[in-house]
Amino acid sequence: MALLEVEDLHVEFRTRDGVARVLNGVSYHVDAGETLAVLGESGSGKSVTAQAVMGILDSPPAFVTKGAVRFHDEDLLTMAAEARRETRASGIAMVFQDALSALNPVFTVGFQIEEQLRVRRGMSRADARKRAIELLDLVKIPHAAQRVREYPHQFSGGMRQRAMIAMSLALDPEVLIADEPTTALDVTVQAQIMDLLAEIQRDRKMGMILITHDLGVVAEVADRIAVMYAGRIVEQADAVTLFRSPGHPYTEALMASMPRLDQKGTELNTIKGLPPNLMRIPSGCPFHPRCARVQDVCRVDVPRQHNLGLGHSSACHFAEEVVGG
Amino acid sequence: MAEAILEVRDLVKHFPVTRGVLFKSTVGQVRAVDGVSFDLLKGETLGVVGESGCGKSTLAQVLMRLEPPTSGAALFEGEDMFKMRGPALRRLRRNIQIVLQDPYTSLNPRMTVGDIIGEPFEIHPEVAPKGSRAQKVRELLDVVGLNPEHINRYPHQFSGGQRQRIGIARALALRPKVIVCDEPVSALDVSIQAQVMNLLGDLQTEFGLSYVFIAHDLSVVRHLSDRVAVMYLGKMVEIGTEEQIYEHPTHPYTQALLSAVPVPDPTMRGRRDVIRLTGDVPSPLNPPSGCRFRTRCWKAQDICATEVPALEVRVADHPSACHFAEERAVV
Ligand SMILES: Nc1ncnc2c1ncn2[C@@H]1O[C@H](COP(=O)(O)OP(=O)(O)OP(=O)(O)O)[C@@H](O)[C@H]1O
Ligand SMILES: Nc1ncnc2c1ncn2[C@@H]1O[C@H](COP(=O)(O)OP(=O)(O)O)[C@@H](O)[C@H]1O
Ligand code: SF4
Ligand code: SF4
Ligand SMILES: [Mg+2]
Ligand SMILES: [Mg+2]
Repeated sequence: MALLEVEDLHVEFRTRDGVARVLNGVSYHVDAGETLAVLGESGSGKSVTAQAVMGILDSPPAFVTKGAVRFHDEDLLTMAAEARRETRASGIAMVFQDALSALNPVFTVGFQIEEQLRVRRGMSRADARKRAIELLDLVKIPHAAQRVREYPHQFSGGMRQRAMIAMSLALDPEVLIADEPTTALDVTVQAQIMDLLAEIQRDRKMGMILITHDLGVVAEVADRIAVMYAGRIVEQADAVTLFRSPGHPYTEALMASMPRLDQKGTELNTIKGLPPNLMRIPSGCPFHPRCARVQDVCRVDVPRQHNLGLGHSSACHFAEEVVGG
Repeated sequence: MAEAILEVRDLVKHFPVTRGVLFKSTVGQVRAVDGVSFDLLKGETLGVVGESGCGKSTLAQVLMRLEPPTSGAALFEGEDMFKMRGPALRRLRRNIQIVLQDPYTSLNPRMTVGDIIGEPFEIHPEVAPKGSRAQKVRELLDVVGLNPEHINRYPHQFSGGQRQRIGIARALALRPKVIVCDEPVSALDVSIQAQVMNLLGDLQTEFGLSYVFIAHDLSVVRHLSDRVAVMYLGKMVEIGTEEQIYEHPTHPYTQALLSAVPVPDPTMRGRRDVIRLTGDVPSPLNPPSGCRFRTRCWKAQDICATEVPALEVRVADHPSACHFAEERAVV
């Protein structure tokens, strides 16, 4: 039994222009003490999946039409409302890309951490303050006892991100979902924050879902990787396997299109065309209009997940051949 | 060695910080670019890297003459471009073009693609007489890999990568010699980024262009650049060939920057040299004395607070602005 499990999740957005099928059967899980990276280009559905798990999708326009989100084997989507709120609040926390919009500008950083502790844990003001300082200290904010009284705008970008991480840890979550937590930051600060997240995840044996589009970040911290395309997980594997022998043409092409720091490249491989419009997803394999290995069958039949052994799976008709090179 | 098309000498751009609405008083200077010198050679790509706020875009704006410099000179084909007036200035404006980061905001949403790409011809009619413009625009669309039939479409009908191609076509319209690219692929997804990078490479070969290529992504810069300059808080701290900067960096900031970039290879985990800086970049309003990097540098000594290290060749055959420059391989 996994700690958190998403199974066959379908979400659509009903808008004036039509219905966008944003998630089309997403399944993944994360265990305690493990980091799952969800990798995909923008619009592939990474954030919507996370929002569905957290129960923060706006409905309308979003509708979960099928699937389950199980935490300790209990389906959050069918749980009674109050129990669901409680489970989410204390069991699963989320860190967002943009700390400035996640923190409230009119309250001090300390107040925002303390409020959760007082409401959910019934702590006294003084205890909550003490804990808030400990948390800011934990995320390595210098002079935490003073900075706890400051407002978000008085923090630099990197410090705001740290403050948000501190806030997400306040209720000792078992799962932390980090949605592009360093995308808005400079590379030297990005490295600090990734180190911090990895350290906290390890020390607290949390399950972490790290959402990113950065293959480098994924390679450095993930235990397992799920690759998303057009609202589906198209490939899953442990990090070393995925990089060494990708089993899906999309993963393969993504890796070949990335410039590398450690070598001067020549012509980059490109993926032709664009990701699909989710109101008109291509028939058969949704990747077929861009795929270098496309065959007739791909235009007609939706590929099932092929099990390649040792937790490696790929949604491609020719997965076995792709892995073979 | 190729000759320089652009020679930048001790370029400075400060922005005054004012307080008060009616009676403005200057309370400080943002030292966005603070004494930068380099050459851009004919046909080469000079990459410029550095973290947010280090002055990359300001440098681009000054080179485009969109902002006047505070002091310093820049020679374009041997002539000081900041002193140019009349016909010489018109020629300069044809010869240096810019491509910007954000394909969403840098194109006017109410103009058709044809009008956007053809607009430079209105200002420089000598390049394309009126009757031939539509044909020229179609050719440009074709050159950047867009469908010439789409000449009457609007920017919102294109994807991010396609909009970036429109921006590139527009920059090419006047047949410039130099293109300043300010984060041209930063807003794009990996698969689309590769398409645009390849396009920039192909166009350089085809038209003999020189690029100043500004980006914060060090992998992207390595891929496209012949030489690379590293900036920190308004200053250049190291400059050299792509190989010198990536394989033989000598400035602690360059080394830290390279070390921070994650490498997409899980088998390298724990096997790379890890340098982690603490803190953030200080404010350019009040930069540290001496070496600006000293507040984050693990090698700083007393002299670093009192003496500004000049950008000059010290070790490893290329200039480095560190009193204690030494090679350290980090990639
Ligand atoms: N018009 C202006 N008035 C005042 N300060 C400015 C102005 N333009 C830029 N600056 C300041 O000058 C410094 C350099 O800015 P610049 O935009 O050149 O940085 P950059 O290297 O391009 O950063 P990024 O990577 O974020 O694009 C910053 O501190 C910025 O806030
Ligand atoms: N509130 C919304 N209304 C309509 N469409 C939305 C909304 N939020 C997200 N989407 C669409 O859902 C798809 C997946 O989005 P998202 O999960 O944010 O992608 P990413 O993988 O970049 O995180 C995109 O096509 C996006 O445009
Ligand atoms: S199923 Fe066919 S189109 Fe889809 S990824 Fe595999 S080979 Fe390509
Ligand atoms: S001059 Fe001093 S502070 Fe500056 S980079 Fe070199 S050692 Fe560090
Ligand atoms: Mg997202
Ligand atoms: Mg900029």
